[in-house]
Amino acid sequence: MSPVRTLVVHCPEWPVVATGLSLARPVAVVASGRVVACSVPARDEGVEAGLRRRQAEARCPSLVVVEHDPARDVRAFEPVVAAVESFAPRVEVTRPGTCSLATRGPSRYFGGDEALAARVAEQVSTVTAGACRVGVADGPFAAEQAAHAGTIVPPGGSAAFLASLPVSVLEPAVDTLADGSALVDLWERLGIRTLGDLAVLPAAAVLGRFGPAGAVAHRLARGLDDRPLWARTPPPDLATAAELDPPVESVETAAFVAKTLADGLFARLAEQGLAATSVGIEAETEHGESLARLWRLPAGLDAAALAQRVRWQLEGWLLASGGDRPTAGLTLLRLAPDEVRPDHGRQLGFWGGEGAGAERAARALARLQGMLGHEAVVTGVVAGGRGPAEEARLVPWGDEPSVDGAGRPERRRLLHSTGGEIPPWPGHLPPPAPAIVHSEPRPAAVVDTAGTPVGVTGRAGATGAPARLSIDGGPWADVAAWAGPWPCDERWWDARNHRRRARWQVVTTTGAAHLLAVEGGRWSVEATYD
Amino acid sequence: MKHVAGRVRPVALAGERLLPVLPALRPLLPEGGLRRGSVMAVGGSTSLALALVAAASAAGSWCAAVGVGRPPVGPRAAAELGVVLERFPLVAAAPGATRGGWAWAVAALLDAVDVVVAWLPPRLRPADARRLAARGRERGSVLVVVGAERWPEVVDVRLALVASSWEGVGDGHGRLLARRVDVVATGRGAAARQRRAALWLPAAGGGVAPAQAFPVKSTWARTAE
Repeated sequence: MSPVRTLVVHCPEWPVVATGLSLARPVAVVASGRVVACSVPARDEGVEAGLRRRQAEARCPSLVVVEHDPARDVRAFEPVVAAVESFAPRVEVTRPGTCSLATRGPSRYFGGDEALAARVAEQVSTVTAGACRVGVADGPFAAEQAAHAGTIVPPGGSAAFLASLPVSVLEPAVDTLADGSALVDLWERLGIRTLGDLAVLPAAAVLGRFGPAGAVAHRLARGLDDRPLWARTPPPDLATAAELDPPVESVETAAFVAKTLADGLFARLAEQGLAATSVGIEAETEHGESLARLWRLPAGLDAAALAQRVRWQLEGWLLASGGDRPTAGLTLLRLAPDEVRPDHGRQLGFWGGEGAGAERAARALARLQGMLGHEAVVTGVVAGGRGPAEEARLVPWGDEPSVDGAGRPERRRLLHSTGGEIPPWPGHLPPPAPAIVHSEPRPAAVVDTAGTPVGVTGRAGATGAPARLSIDGGPWADVAAWAGPWPCDERWWDARNHRRRARWQVVTTTGAAHLLAVEGGRWSVEATYD
Repeated sequence: MKHVAGRVRPVALAGERLLPVLPALRPLLPEGGLRRGSVMAVGGSTSLALALVAAASAAGSWCAAVGVGRPPVGPRAAAELGVVLERFPLVAAAPGATRGGWAWAVAALLDAVDVVVAWLPPRLRPADARRLAARGRERGSVLVVVGAERWPEVVDVRLALVASSWEGVGDGHGRLLARRVDVVATGRGAAARQRRAALWLPAAGGGVAPAQAFPVKSTWARTAE
């Protein structure tokens, strides 16, 4: 059985197109401080994916930088999927910017792959301002590569077409199973530079040397499907659905339901020893409209990742503009696995490990989050920054630390746990860190022995020695020791976000130590060493 | 059958009933660890509460902090003391005694995690406090109450900071380096005898370290010899 002949529509640099900005200007979309996509004028100036934001701005000073928002990408991609869907049902969204379609039926109807591809390209270009490339080949992976090249590979020619491509094109495909970039790097050092080099190796040797990720890559390189041949339509009882009564209009509520549905779906699949390769997200509204979209799941994805995709899709539907938005609240949400494969699973530790405890905690925290709101349950993530509030960011439970919108420190994931590794951040507070960080700085007053308020001179010196401190208009406490002022001039290049303040450490005679900041003559307690 | 069931029932080992604490804090606790199902109270210091859960957290236990509104914990300070932030969620409970309120959130967390560090609401009914203590006992989780003086019930161990002095900062120079504190532990049962420890909290370079109970100036000590 050869892989399914597939047509892939690929919109290059989709995150840039999704911003809605003019593509004639240099635009870059950044996530976690690195460029993920840029427009053609920006590329001409030397901007490329993977660059740090600052490097990109240095290469192209007129660059417009936009923060990456996966939900926005999905929202903007929705009309494109609808346009492709006008040719045939069962369009699979691989990721925002790329979707695929099995061509067997439509090709016959429209008179061949070439005619179909031309029609699809024409249809898509009417709904999006960006470029669009269409490719046809056997199997989704080969078809995606064909779409990048904008060609149509004849039936049975996938392996020959792929042979000349560099191994780096495999990186996204194996990334969920292993560290894709490390694997690609290893192949290159071993002299395996093209997919053809990889394809000629014996399959068993590749599996033995490079593990499951290598085996998947080998299948792909040979022009086969990444999912094994026994992918089959699952029995209908695997779908999970929730009736929403009263009807739900907010994304937040629907996404919460989706989370439990995703967990339920994965639990059911796990019982049967299966994993889904693509999942249909279906919704019905009070007025009987039905919305459905297929999403392709790379191997190794978990329930949380599915829930996030459902959330994006719901945002795409519920926050759509104008006539595309459903006219009433959602009454039914359904997740139906479209294709499943046997799941080889994960080898757990022999002595149990922390799995059970983590699962129990995760369930309770999700429940608390449902009751108290998404933002009410957070975990701290140590990050770079100067003030106590920036040094540790609070990320809502269940969110990816790097997709919290603030998006600044790129090494956050590595710094997640213990305080052992402190990022090199010039001007950050020296340890020990304050145990209490006030969410809102508390107003304070500091005077010297004569009773005049203490300030900071233009040369960052103290106008007097702090002698007494009052917090929130409370009683005066005598200052036993103090240090500072430490000036902190942040974002001086940015008129709106420019902040100029000085920090002090003050210990009172009662033994309490505070981190104070003075900004524009006003004192506040930022944190307390308690 | 009953006989066999009794024989195969797993035996709760002493080590499983105790969650570890940092070595410097061991002398303060009668059993040298956090006994599952107990209620502890910490007064006068947030970092003492964080230090108390640090070793359990590092050993793989899930801990959680909860308060009315977000607990004012500095995650960085918690990490410096040894708390693993991934397993230390901060929960902001809603005000009031209804579903979603403080007592409800604490009860939900006691079911799910090993140690709950709870910042007390302004008013707490003794009945709620009793119920939470019973819940913790039943589920084998430890409740650490911050703001000990307002907990209306008896606690198993009560830790309080009685003296503290900061080192490293002078009159306009230096910076905070370490703090020397005296901690007193009282309680009931095995903890009834008062225990006292002098600690560096935080110690210079992070963590908690024992300090000498009576500060002896080294020069003086030498002349006395």
